[in-house]
Amino acid sequence: MPNPHVLEQPIAAPTRKIHTITILGGHGKNRLPEPSRQVDLKMGDIVSVVGPTGCGKTTLINDIELYANGNTPTGRTVLINGDPLPEDYLSDPSSNPIALISQHTNFLSDLPVNVFLETHARIRGVASPVRAVEETVNFANQLTGEPIILENAMTELSGGQTRSLLIADAIVIGNSPIILLDEIENAGIHRTRALEMLKGYEKIFIFVTHDPRIALLSDYRIVMRDGAMQKLIVTRDEEKGVAQEIRKLDNLLLGLRQRIRIGEELDRAQLNQQLRELGYIA
Amino acid sequence: MPNSTNSFANWDTSPEREFMKLVICAGPPTCGKTTVLRQVTKRLLAKKLKVSFLKIDVQYADEDEIFQKEFSIPTRKVYSGELCPDHCTVMVLGDALQWAERSGADLLMVETAGLCLRCSPYVDGLLGLVVLEATSGMNLPRKIGPMLSLADVAVVTKIDLVSQAEREVFRARIQEAAPGTAIVESNALYGIGIEPLVRRIERAAEVEPPLFLRGNPPIGTCTICVGKKEIGWQSHFGVVRALENQNFYRGE
Repeated sequence: MPNPHVLEQPIAAPTRKIHTITILGGHGKNRLPEPSRQVDLKMGDIVSVVGPTGCGKTTLINDIELYANGNTPTGRTVLINGDPLPEDYLSDPSSNPIALISQHTNFLSDLPVNVFLETHARIRGVASPVRAVEETVNFANQLTGEPIILENAMTELSGGQTRSLLIADAIVIGNSPIILLDEIENAGIHRTRALEMLKGYEKIFIFVTHDPRIALLSDYRIVMRDGAMQKLIVTRDEEKGVAQEIRKLDNLLLGLRQRIRIGEELDRAQLNQQLRELGYIA
Repeated sequence: MPNSTNSFANWDTSPEREFMKLVICAGPPTCGKTTVLRQVTKRLLAKKLKVSFLKIDVQYADEDEIFQKEFSIPTRKVYSGELCPDHCTVMVLGDALQWAERSGADLLMVETAGLCLRCSPYVDGLLGLVVLEATSGMNLPRKIGPMLSLADVAVVTKIDLVSQAEREVFRARIQEAAPGTAIVESNALYGIGIEPLVRRIERAAEVEPPLFLRGNPPIGTCTICVGKKEIGWQSHFGVVRALENQNFYRGE
């Protein structure tokens, strides 16, 4: 039976099972073809997009989210399982395999958290909406420092809580096979815990990031410059070793940050002690 | 009954006449109607369709100038002023169709402000669009009555600003309020989601008088409308309403 809510019925029913995304290169800001002509992402891949501010990282993930078909300013084409998606497939967001959590994405609904999540779970036909709400909030609470209260309005959530809940909802209730995350390091959530938890799900994750720790925890990274994909770098063992060292430094900084947050003062003796424990000074 | 005062008295009904479509677009203020219609117009003109544009608003509108400047097409505006804008639409639409016909249009696009949410401006058998912004809250589809439920297509704008989850809930609420209405999600600033809408407009029915308003207007003329401004139902008659007793008719 035709669905009255879709303007045009898809010609072929879209395949729900995603195996690959392919990005076919378009052109950079200088209108020249971008150096990387084709990037293939496989299910289970964790990919970072790196490059200086204004180099086109966000534009790249927007192209992916829009299933660009030569119709965006970059001229890129995005294929799912090797084929373009029919445009009207996108008109129903619940059948959209991609969830984008951008720096601007926000909750605007003033419904209480539990009512909203339960409504979303029901729309998605989740077998036990109440359990799904619980799981989503538990997931989000592991990412954020301040636990989310179920009765709070969505609009009352802090920046970190909002971002955590967006990620948790996309993963648990939305069950999106492809998740795009734009600069989660700025979102006030536990990055490493997020990455560890995300790795437990069979999905394609694409991170736009300036954070070396996230970039090196990825399987590979796309390097952007002047609006163009310059090259693809696979994270080698050498870099994974470096990542271990970065993790130590990062944890040191996070520890200092936490102390400042709770109102403590720092002193040189303590810092030296920590550096000594890490083996950086004698 | 055709007579000399009918605004369609001169409507060409000969078999060799040029056909014209009418698209009426409604939506709450600042929801993105104009942005959607600009994207649509750009594409219709590219397909060599001749478009005329009419804006109906209460007290301020500059969309006619925007469309004139951007597309060099025939445009007009009407201020409803002391009339209700949907009432005004019914009054002027016949003349507007003739104006568009004279200006050689293949399609008259009417942008109108839906205000009291009790009426809808759509015409029976001809295409009616409603534009809703995704950012306006999950309850909007439940609040705007026939402007949504009688529309053929609901265009949801500003989808890039809200979470995917909210887009889905918003969509479900539209489906619940308007089971027969098709939904298009769009980010009209970038022209995303506009193409299917354009194809729907190309398939839209042609104007064939007599035309009738699709929805039923509210009951009668009220004493407030005719100038009795005193507060309190005791001062009024016709369909009046007390706080406790929700709905009753009080004669003179």
